[in-house]
Amino acid sequence: MATTYLEAIREGLWEEMERDPDVFLIGEDIGVYGGAFKITAGFLERFGERRVVDTPIAESGIVGAAIGAGLMGLRPVAEMQFSDFISCAYDQIVNFAAKCRYRWGAAVPIVIRAPSGGGIHGGPYHSQNPEMPFVHTPGLKVVAPSTAYDAKGLIKSAIRDNDPVMFFEHKGLYRRIKEDLPAEEYTVPIGKAAVVRPGRHLSIVTYGAMVYVALEAAERLAAEGIEIEVVDLRTLLPLDGETVLASVRKTAKVLLLHEDTRTGGLAGELAALITENVFEYLDGPIVRVTAPDTPVPFSAPLEEAFLPNTEQVVEKARWLYRY
Amino acid sequence: MSAVQATTSLESTKLADPEASLARQFLYYMSMMREVEDRIERKLYRQGKIVGGVYVGRGQEAIPVGTALVAEPEDVMFPSHRDMAVFLIRGVHPRQIFAQYMGRVGGLTRGKDGNMHMGDIRLNIVSIISAMAACVPVAAGAALALKYKGTRNAAFCYFGDGATSRGDWHEGINLAAVQKLPLVLICNNNQYAYSTPLEKQMACANVADRGPGYGIPAEVVDGNDVIAIHAATRRAVAHAREGLGPYLIECKTFRMTGHSAHDAAEYVPKHLWEEWGRKDPIDRLERLMGERGWADASDLEEWRNEVRREVDEAVRWAENSPFPDPSELLDNVYEKR
Repeated sequence: MATTYLEAIREGLWEEMERDPDVFLIGEDIGVYGGAFKITAGFLERFGERRVVDTPIAESGIVGAAIGAGLMGLRPVAEMQFSDFISCAYDQIVNFAAKCRYRWGAAVPIVIRAPSGGGIHGGPYHSQNPEMPFVHTPGLKVVAPSTAYDAKGLIKSAIRDNDPVMFFEHKGLYRRIKEDLPAEEYTVPIGKAAVVRPGRHLSIVTYGAMVYVALEAAERLAAEGIEIEVVDLRTLLPLDGETVLASVRKTAKVLLLHEDTRTGGLAGELAALITENVFEYLDGPIVRVTAPDTPVPFSAPLEEAFLPNTEQVVEKARWLYRY
Repeated sequence: MSAVQATTSLESTKLADPEASLARQFLYYMSMMREVEDRIERKLYRQGKIVGGVYVGRGQEAIPVGTALVAEPEDVMFPSHRDMAVFLIRGVHPRQIFAQYMGRVGGLTRGKDGNMHMGDIRLNIVSIISAMAACVPVAAGAALALKYKGTRNAAFCYFGDGATSRGDWHEGINLAAVQKLPLVLICNNNQYAYSTPLEKQMACANVADRGPGYGIPAEVVDGNDVIAIHAATRRAVAHAREGLGPYLIECKTFRMTGHSAHDAAEYVPKHLWEEWGRKDPIDRLERLMGERGWADASDLEEWRNEVRREVDEAVRWAENSPFPDPSELLDNVYEKR
């Protein structure tokens, strides 16, 4: 039976809680209500109030409490109901969690789950992609899976990791993406990208929901004889530079794609990484396709115009192929 | 490791009375904290051997001493930058503290951070961060873990009056109150947050007035009376160990320095220095010990000399501790694999 992206995260959490009594969940509306997206439905009944902690509406308090419990050797998974609210917990994440090991050698083995992304008509406060402030914070790991397989494998790795891990899960994929998962237990390593479609003419490097936009574009361009390679980063920090650079060496052309806004987005960092390391291999300019530098708008035509789409990627990739 | 536990004086017959011997411990740690901080602020900083921020707890020593001597080793401490004695009581040697201030590898952070920004998880001491109120939710989380593990231990969270204005303070206390977490909240109300006086910090008379708003007990205690602080802490800890939730102790005191070594604190009215100088917690305790026959002038003099000798040796040790090698810059951002 095919498993959705949402069920995959849920299975990963469940298995880790069964495996390790130190793993517990903390967040808003996660217990009795089962979470805003029902990811933790049934957890309270199975694991009880001790391990499924419903909190006041206080993101900084939630993350702070997770840090404190993590310092004491527990493995909390804190849920931000929407990643948009993570800014309320920014100080705890970047100044407390990220710096403990470096400053005084203390491990903070916590996971912060953050449902992110647009395309669900959520408007400016239920649609954002706030990963970059955290990618810019040494000491954190930042994960953004695109498949059900990776979502399950990465949440399990994140829980077992001894450093703080930000887990950006794309809301638009929750029920849209399904696949058969292995019956046996598995994990997916943090820090490894995946080539999800091989090709020789041009690389698209992306992550999250945009992986599907890249794959659709690749399919359409294949009909024109253009073979696109799609790299799904899966982890944004630490970045798997090797996989990205190997793909660029192979194809000599690269399009960088993300749903996050343009200025200060990950594409800029990737472009620098590529020019520093494999400039000689490039046969064309590095091209970015991203959301524009605006808040995420609500009304459907505006939101559609905001989100990068297959048409834009096809057009840019075709132009770059012919360059 | 501990500098402190067994000085000969503690075993002298004069102090066989448990109350007297507790008083001797109070005095030892308060004097040690004062001497270490005086050496840091008035000597090593001025000599340029310590750079960066220097924050001391002069006049406020009764707060860390009176509270931390109630804690068991399994209780988790979150000392603020004016609570050095918490480290001493936990067995951190003055050598390590001087090395920490001087940025040497002998300090608790090996030069990665300075001054009181240090911790040691093996000793159940968590390092503060500069935005101090952030420690309140974290201490609530430590308390949650202690309860989760089925212990009867508590987390001790220290903060100043200034920290009580930040949202994190409220979020942490509210969460701990709702969850009935074993959290002892210790406010050092020294009446100034940097240059901002209390009346510009809050509109209520006491930090403790806020306790009922969270449904938790709160009391005001004389922050220069180590015995009163110790008694209040025992009440708070008993409350926490009974599973009744957080307890707030507001210690009213005065910051007998600027915010930091570079701050001359000209904004403080002169009469306040004089008034609070007369309430010095160490002088008060020494007088009491004299009155009760627990110590005479020669005992006090001898004890002061012991502390000075210990501090002299610790400074020498720290000055001989090497600076970190620049190659350590990249270490410990993540767990080594």
